[in-house]
Amino acid sequence: MDSSTWIATISMVTAGITMAIGVLGPAYAQGKAISEGLKAIAQQPDEAANITRTLFVGLAMIESLAIYCLVVSLILVFANPFWTHALGKS
Amino acid sequence: MDLNLDERVVWHYQALRINATLVYTWVEMGLISLLSVAVSRGLSRTPTAPLTWAQNFWESLLSIIRKQVEQIAGEDPDPYFPFVCTLFLFISLANLLSLLPGFHPPTASLSTTAALAVAVLLATPLYGIQRQGLLGYMKHYLQPTPFMLPFHLLAEVTRTVALSVRLFGNAMSGTLIVGLLLSLVPFFVPILMQLLELLIGQVQAYIFAVLATVYLASAARVQNHHGVPGGANAPPPGTPPLKGGL
Repeated sequence: MDSSTWIATISMVTAGITMAIGVLGPAYAQGKAISEGLKAIAQQPDEAANITRTLFVGLAMIESLAIYCLVVSLILVFANPFWTHALGKS
Repeated sequence: MDLNLDERVVWHYQALRINATLVYTWVEMGLISLLSVAVSRGLSRTPTAPLTWAQNFWESLLSIIRKQVEQIAGEDPDPYFPFVCTLFLFISLANLLSLLPGFHPPTASLSTTAALAVAVLLATPLYGIQRQGLLGYMKHYLQPTPFMLPFHLLAEVTRTVALSVRLFGNAMSGTLIVGLLLSLVPFFVPILMQLLELLIGQVQAYIFAVLATVYLASAARVQNHHGVPGGANAPPPGTPPLKGGL
């Protein structure tokens, strides 16, 4: 295989692995955060508004980790700098 | 696949290039300005004057935002309200407009979100200095020890990057997923994803505003608690210790 095929293969595989592994942690963290938030709301329904707001902010911050992985894998697939470099050379 | 709005040049004259991000931002700015002008015509200032539905809508929306800012900042919202509310309305309207066919939200370009995050980055020390004075604000970089200075500076940079990439990733992935689904399952499924995208866009606008408020408020008030150990803010002996937590 020539270099551009190698670059394409490795980019695709890496993009898949990035999403697969990168989503594991945020998924676990979000599940834990939501379960703890629900527990807190069940214990103190009066504080539901406050807890929900903090929960949403926390969820967004956790979710941004998965979004970083998504951005990296999208760059690998759609805007790969090495791919354009190999295309330009050949 | 046009991932990058910035590279889509709409109009250019020699070195001057107008790209799609600028155009969509201007469209949205114009829309916001028109709305503001339309609402501010014929405001009723007294309680007895008749109230138009537009004034009613905007007043309730703004008072909700103001109450949220007050709860999050934990103090008088007036200094933060104009800045945070502008950020929220801009991002929220951009994400709403992404439902229109042919309109790409300006938040789906990293340039726009980075500009918004840099505005927060610049506003943070301004609010801190305004409240604490230059020296008072600079002192918080040396808290608790001067060794923490690089970490404070690093935190400023990383949270700005995180703020911009979070909004960009969410807005861009939304339009991209809908585009991909249109080629896979053109019937019905993209509509559901657009519904989800509508929710995500509003949540992200809310998150951006909340985080901006948190950063501004923490910069403005941090010294009240740690600045003067044993000084005027220290509780008199005999008072029970404050409960920690939010």
